[in-house]
Amino acid sequence: MTPPPPALLHVVRAGALTTVQDAGRPGWAHLGVGRAGALDAPAARLANRLAGNGPDAAVLETTLTGCAVRATRPVVAVVGGAVCRVTVDGRPAAWGLPVRVPAGAVLEAGPALSGLRGYLAFGGGLEPRPVLGSRSADLLSGLGPAPLRDGDTLPLGAPAHRDGPPSPDTVPWPAAPAELVLPVHLGPRHTWFTEAALRTLLTAGYQVSEHSNRIGLRTEGPSLERARTGELPSEGMVLGAVQVPPDGRPVVFLNDHPTTGGYPVVAVVPQAALAAAAQAVPGTPLRFVRA
Amino acid sequence: MSGPAPARRPPEADGVRVLPAGPRALLVELAGGEDAEAFHAELLRRREDGRLPAVTEIVPGARTVLLDGVEAGDRDGLARDLASWRVPPLRRGTGDAVEIAVVYDGPDLDEVAALWGVRAEEVAALHSGTAFRVAFCGFTPGFGYLTGLPAHLHVPRRTTPRTKVPAGSLALAGPYTGVYPRPSPGGWRLIGRAVDPAALWNPGREPAALLTPGAEVRFVPVAGGAGGAHGAHGSSAAAGERA
Repeated sequence: MTPPPPALLHVVRAGALTTVQDAGRPGWAHLGVGRAGALDAPAARLANRLAGNGPDAAVLETTLTGCAVRATRPVVAVVGGAVCRVTVDGRPAAWGLPVRVPAGAVLEAGPALSGLRGYLAFGGGLEPRPVLGSRSADLLSGLGPAPLRDGDTLPLGAPAHRDGPPSPDTVPWPAAPAELVLPVHLGPRHTWFTEAALRTLLTAGYQVSEHSNRIGLRTEGPSLERARTGELPSEGMVLGAVQVPPDGRPVVFLNDHPTTGGYPVVAVVPQAALAAAAQAVPGTPLRFVRA
Repeated sequence: MSGPAPARRPPEADGVRVLPAGPRALLVELAGGEDAEAFHAELLRRREDGRLPAVTEIVPGARTVLLDGVEAGDRDGLARDLASWRVPPLRRGTGDAVEIAVVYDGPDLDEVAALWGVRAEEVAALHSGTAFRVAFCGFTPGFGYLTGLPAHLHVPRRTTPRTKVPAGSLALAGPYTGVYPRPSPGGWRLIGRAVDPAALWNPGREPAALLTPGAEVRFVPVAGGAGGAHGAHGSSAAAGERA
């Protein structure tokens, strides 16, 4: 018996920026390879769980405008993360819960009503070719599948047959932050800044900048004054590093951040706090507080 | 990597600063680049021997080594331990070297020769006679920062970066030599090109990067043919800055 051709997901409307993401590719930073992976990792994991997948299955991450897709086989899909309208062939369907989508029907995740990044998980997961053990797109280095375009197709994995997706009554999806409060641990380079700058960092009001992306959450607000001039020789950068470029406005490094950098890192946001950062739309008030 | 090298100078634990980088990472800062390379080599030896607590990443930098993904609760104990290490000094050119065949015909060859105070024809011998080592990687996957050039051969970056540097370009900046795995903007001075740029980065290969931190590297000069890829280099060098 010849195996059936792999099922495909057709991209009907790619949206502003839709990428394939999984748990990313940690462990390669020494080669200049970033971790990538879903920015709102808990949302991606929850969407996978509701679709009957393991936590590391590849999902779609959308940005603000959602996307629309069509599968060549019936598929259980979950749209979560940023809140949006969900339709199947134009008829309203559940957000944040498993939805059975017939073969050939168009599943649409509308523009975000709240939050920024939506996650679409499909029973069986998406299976583009992995690179260094991950199917995630890394927008800084260009590794992994390119951002989706209208008309693209992606291979769909086989769903786990045994149990099928769960049937939950209520699912705790966190709301997008009205105010983003990021806890920080000072260091490793906080001594490069004046005492006044550190006070400013921990007390001033910032806003999420519209220039934010998967590489970093940029901010608008008071600039942080350096206590010492000169260049920092390139050094390793962690996820959540609050790097301060010459304009003095902190940038919080997200999953596609460079592995090494030459601007001082004043503080680090613990990873668990970054899911909220992934959902903060430009203009969201932002405060840094001592962790 | 061979076994631990014998210490030839008194061990020094001073000059090591261990800085926290969030709850799960430590940034070890050394007195200089050579010390950072030696510390990184020691970390790899200890990890190989199972004498290092589990970490996700060991990322060398110019004067630092970052340990990321330290288990919660291990960080402060590991920090104290790291600060007490006695690390043998680095020895260059003692292991198997990765060999990279290069043509020394880059557009900045004449400028570099002038900065070195030699004739352009001598750059290849001086550069390829150097035992290099990958100090750290970054910038783009597969790009290594290679040290080994003596201080009098360090050259500043170009004042105006190029918007496009071809893949395979062999370039110098400060203490470093690098080879661009793929086309990108760049401000380093281009002295040549690798014959096989595709060998530098291949995600289907293990390891994906030809140049990994700690690897010894030698450049092997080969004569430039009339190949397509380097026509641009050759012509701009010929048109170049000699006038």
